[in-house]
Amino acid sequence: MDWISPRALTRLGMLNMNRRNVDYISRYNERTSYPMVDNKLKTKLVVAEYGVKTPKLLQVVRQQHEIPHFRDMAEDLTGFAIKPAKGSGGKGITVITGRDEDEFVKASGMRVPAAFLERHLSNILAGLYSLAGTPDVAIVESLVQSVPGLAKYSFQGVPDIRIIIFQGYPVMAMLRLATKASDGKANLHQGAVGVGLDIGTGQSLNSVQFNRPITLHPDTGLALENINIADWEEMLTMASRCYEATGLGYMGVDLVVDANEGPLLLELNARPGLAIQMANGRGLLPRLNAIENLKKHHFTPEARARYAMEIFASRR
Amino acid sequence: MTARSRIPFFAAIVLLIVAGISIATWRHIELGIPWLTGEQQPVWMVEARINFEANGEPVLASLNIPEQSPGFRILSEQAASPGYGFSVVDKSGSRRAEWSKRNVLGEQTLYFKAQFIPDPNANRDRPRRAPKPIAIFWEEPQATAVREILQQAEERSSTPESMTRELIRLMQPEDDQAQNTTLLVAGTNYLDLLVRMLNHAGIPARTADGLKLEDARRRQALTPYLQIYNNEEWLTFDPRTAEQGLPENILLWRQGAESLLDVVGGDGSNVSFSILRQTIPALQLAAMQSEKNGLGFLSLYQLPIEEQSMFRMLLLLPLGALMVAFMRIVIGIRTSGTFMPVLIAVAFVQTTLVPGLIAFTSVVAIGLLMRGYLSSLNLLLVSRISALIILVIFITAGLSIAGYHMGFNTGMTVTFFPMVIIAWTIERMSILWEEEGAHEVLVQGAGSLFVAVCAFLVMDAPLSRHLTFNFPELHFVVLGLILLMGQYTGYKLSELRRFTPMKVYD
Repeated sequence: MDWISPRALTRLGMLNMNRRNVDYISRYNERTSYPMVDNKLKTKLVVAEYGVKTPKLLQVVRQQHEIPHFRDMAEDLTGFAIKPAKGSGGKGITVITGRDEDEFVKASGMRVPAAFLERHLSNILAGLYSLAGTPDVAIVESLVQSVPGLAKYSFQGVPDIRIIIFQGYPVMAMLRLATKASDGKANLHQGAVGVGLDIGTGQSLNSVQFNRPITLHPDTGLALENINIADWEEMLTMASRCYEATGLGYMGVDLVVDANEGPLLLELNARPGLAIQMANGRGLLPRLNAIENLKKHHFTPEARARYAMEIFASRR
Repeated sequence: MTARSRIPFFAAIVLLIVAGISIATWRHIELGIPWLTGEQQPVWMVEARINFEANGEPVLASLNIPEQSPGFRILSEQAASPGYGFSVVDKSGSRRAEWSKRNVLGEQTLYFKAQFIPDPNANRDRPRRAPKPIAIFWEEPQATAVREILQQAEERSSTPESMTRELIRLMQPEDDQAQNTTLLVAGTNYLDLLVRMLNHAGIPARTADGLKLEDARRRQALTPYLQIYNNEEWLTFDPRTAEQGLPENILLWRQGAESLLDVVGGDGSNVSFSILRQTIPALQLAAMQSEKNGLGFLSLYQLPIEEQSMFRMLLLLPLGALMVAFMRIVIGIRTSGTFMPVLIAVAFVQTTLVPGLIAFTSVVAIGLLMRGYLSSLNLLLVSRISALIILVIFITAGLSIAGYHMGFNTGMTVTFFPMVIIAWTIERMSILWEEEGAHEVLVQGAGSLFVAVCAFLVMDAPLSRHLTFNFPELHFVVLGLILLMGQYTGYKLSELRRFTPMKVYD
């Protein structure tokens, strides 16, 4: 067994679970704002007012009897994603990337009939994937076409970018790449690769999988050290904007870069995980303290993003 | 919470913990509830036996019984005397046991039993109204002798106590004053004489009868003692040695009252005492005491036995909750369902550990297999759980019957497990299996069982059972600790392992 001493963790400024819950989530996140981020449909509607783009909403299925309409709508679509509005951790998301005559082709290449998707919709409505098993609605979104520059790093799935926003300031970011182990999902605890991103430039820093440092993607074999995210400042500004939209002081913002639409918001998370610190190789606490100790806050998302890029840039 | 608002919070926690411990200590001292189990306390059982010859008339026998013996508390009293009416009456400040019967003839024996607990602080005799010395008249030639002796005693003393001591010494035959003493002592009761002389000197005095407590003694008689009032309380002297104070093993059976035993309608009455030293569990003693003591309302002893045993169980739950809080917040063990381990631990308390573990794991394992089939049926959540509850009941019934036929009574213990909780556990494990894989199920399942076993070990310890039930106020301390843990923002033990790769950046 290998252990790290608590003193070393304090030196590194590592934020831990208890502290995150007591000092950040329960202090800065209003309980009333939770439904806004726990429900993807509400998130979409709220952030739209603040100019944050999300994947195009094609259809909302609210009742079991509306399921037949789905078949009409999906008639002439080639790619789309079905998501439970209240799902968490990517559960219940089915991505259809193409058609093969009457059958739909899933991201994994499996062919499924329309009846399969209808049953999936029915399960979503029954609350199979929702947080507390409560009844849910299903949303159908247009498929995100990841920019090729990023897509090549990921094994299946769309790479997404997680940015921690604290009081409206981006404090840490990472790129999440799906792997074979994570089954095309971008969740770190399921085996996705986390690549820390320099807040100053959008350049990749360290990479981890299953909490262990790596240098190559385990499936695609590509080196992970020289990834560069385009339009970095725009993405940070967009993430900062979600603070105004939701009022959540401590949250995780998940973004994707669409080849046609540019950066899109995938979802918000009121309880973002701690693994981002390992991907970055540094703790969150010094940055959170820096923001907490700010005498004067910046009012616009643009100013906040620029300020964060200045003070949180890594000096290599 | 801001730094400012933490001070009242911690103050409240300190208050809770201090309150819990101090109430417990107070009750320990006042009610004598022992801290540890199995503590024994000595109790003196004294039996007074009255004998007399009845002469065919209505009989009234009246025995003085102790009310407030210095250094002892009365635990119980009881009279045994077939055919007699019995009552305890208070007569002018002294308690008397009275037996009565019409038409009695021949040899009669009456018994009075009482249990006494030694307690050095009990019943110091402080009368509310100061007693006054009784006026005594002497005839010559005693009057002169008394005056002389008292004068000598007074010259050598300063307080009522020293005066008494000096007087007793002067009254001893070997003293120089042999002449005066002999004159006085001749023909009168020595102790009565002392009392009269002291009263004459202005010191209220009286006699008392003490019983020497020694284990397994029969036919003991009372020893007379002298008591004087020093303007504060009654003090006891040994009239033979002038020693002040009462030896620890002397129980004052009679104080102040006129007579020890009065029998109307009988002749040749006498009273003798038998003494037995018993030990009873200190806890039982405290329970008996609490009925009389004003503090008793704070304890659970007065509830009906059935409710008491329910509370015994309920009051263990906070310990389990404390354990879960500690394991999750400080150690960082993942469990399936926050308090599922506590409920399982409660079931373990009833089934005992090993049979409980076997029963639980087999029910959950069989349930998981069946749940696999249910998930292929594509049911709605509520009906799936409902179906699972019924299946769990079938499984437990099946295990009980199978266990019984195979001769294991332990099979029957599965019924102690909360069915609904087991059904939810199975459901959660099954979803976990589908979503995160078997590894996570094993981790969380083992974590839950580990926490359950830890909670069980804490809850099943005789000491914690004893403390939680007999000192319910200690739960303030548990509450305080749980609240305190709610503010713990340090690293969990598991995080020290999880963040190990960070070593390279240090």
